Amino acid sequence: MSDLLRHAWLVARKDLQVEVRSRTAFTLALVFTALVLVVFEYGRDPTAVPTLDLAPSILWVTFSFAAVLALNRAFQAELENDALEGLLLAPISRHSLFWGKLAANLAFVALVQVIGLVLFVLFFNVPVWRVLGPLGATMALASLGFIAVGTLFSAMVVRTRFAELMLPVLLLPFLLPPLIAAVTITTQLLGGRPLSEVGGWLRLLAAYDLTFVTLATLLFPATVTE
Amino acid sequence: MTQAPRGRWTTAVALLLLAGVYVRALAFTPTEIAQGPAQKIFYLHVPAAWSAMLSMALVGLGGILFLFLKDERYDRFAAASAEVGTVFSLVMLTTGPLWAKPIWGTWWTWDARLTLTLMMFFLFIGYQLLRGAVADPGLRARYSAVVGICGLVLLPFIHLSVYLFRTLHPRPIVLKPSAPSLPPEMLITLLVSFAVFTLLYIGFVVQRYAIGESR
Repeated sequence: MSDLLRHAWLVARKDLQVEVRSRTAFTLALVFTALVLVVFEYGRDPTAVPTLDLAPSILWVTFSFAAVLALNRAFQAELENDALEGLLLAPISRHSLFWGKLAANLAFVALVQVIGLVLFVLFFNVPVWRVLGPLGATMALASLGFIAVGTLFSAMVVRTRFAELMLPVLLLPFLLPPLIAAVTITTQLLGGRPLSEVGGWLRLLAAYDLTFVTLATLLFPATVTE
Repeated sequence: MTQAPRGRWTTAVALLLLAGVYVRALAFTPTEIAQGPAQKIFYLHVPAAWSAMLSMALVGLGGILFLFLKDERYDRFAAASAEVGTVFSLVMLTTGPLWAKPIWGTWWTWDARLTLTLMMFFLFIGYQLLRGAVADPGLRARYSAVVGICGLVLLPFIHLSVYLFRTLHPRPIVLKPSAPSLPPEMLITLLVSFAVFTLLYIGFVVQRYAIGESR
């Protein structure tokens, strides 16, 4: 078990190191997030729809798009110079490889989400500070299972034609349960309702995460083993 | 008899029986009081939904069996089932709005079962697009197995989340804890239609499987 986690950490660290050194994908994801927020501002009539009513949708649609685009990056880099072959030849289990990739993706998406949240507050003047803890927990819970499926699928689609379009088409149905839960919870939180009222939704998110992290871990070897 | 003619014969028999279902539903089954003739589409819509869900379940099962047994026949079966499932989903998604417009007053609503079946349709489409985008047969089989299994596991979550969100669909009338609240004539027509649609599914899949084999 400790080897499994140690190897996973090595894979994640490698990915994040590459990211820190180039910063291209991160900058792209961030600028994309900011631009989607701008599009939302002008895609509605502010006199007809109060910002607070639309805030959960703005937040989660922005996060979803950013996450889907960011996921393409995870295995794209491994295609150059057949780096994936090297990774597969390394004496580490496929599960470590998956968890490493998943951890790097989660870190990447979490950072984009945090900065996206700041921009969201800045642009739309929504008071999220009172509910920052619960909102952060919701963001983490809503992302985990979805990013796990996304990591699994991105390992496959990079080797298909039309990879950039294939991933969203395969992945967006999987976004639906976490999206519905996250938007409902966010609406309640911003409306000043206590967290205890959304216990059912939190349990649904937890069940979704548990199911899909397990399933993706089990299925991942089938996507890379020759 | 080889696969292809067997499939053709099954399909022919099923289509003939389907004509019988039409006759029975239209002429020999009482018309529902509140909904009038619009309710007749029920005998087509619900069995089509059944066949679509059966297809999805078997796509997932085919994927599991393929990953465990590495026998490409399961992959070919899953591919056939997905294609047939797409057709049944389309029948379901066409007949549903036709009924909903006069009865609910709207073509579409974001109810739990509608959303579920729409997503199932998209999963079928995505599954086939993925198959088309992978050239290597071994890779294609493994990739589609993974997507098929994930899709099958996803559907209960979609249903649950949309169900918690809102629902408007008619309550279950056959598969529920108490006795079916359907008059016996209607129930028989529905059950016969279920059987015919299952046979139709088998006929289509056997034919499609045979095409996959000859490729």
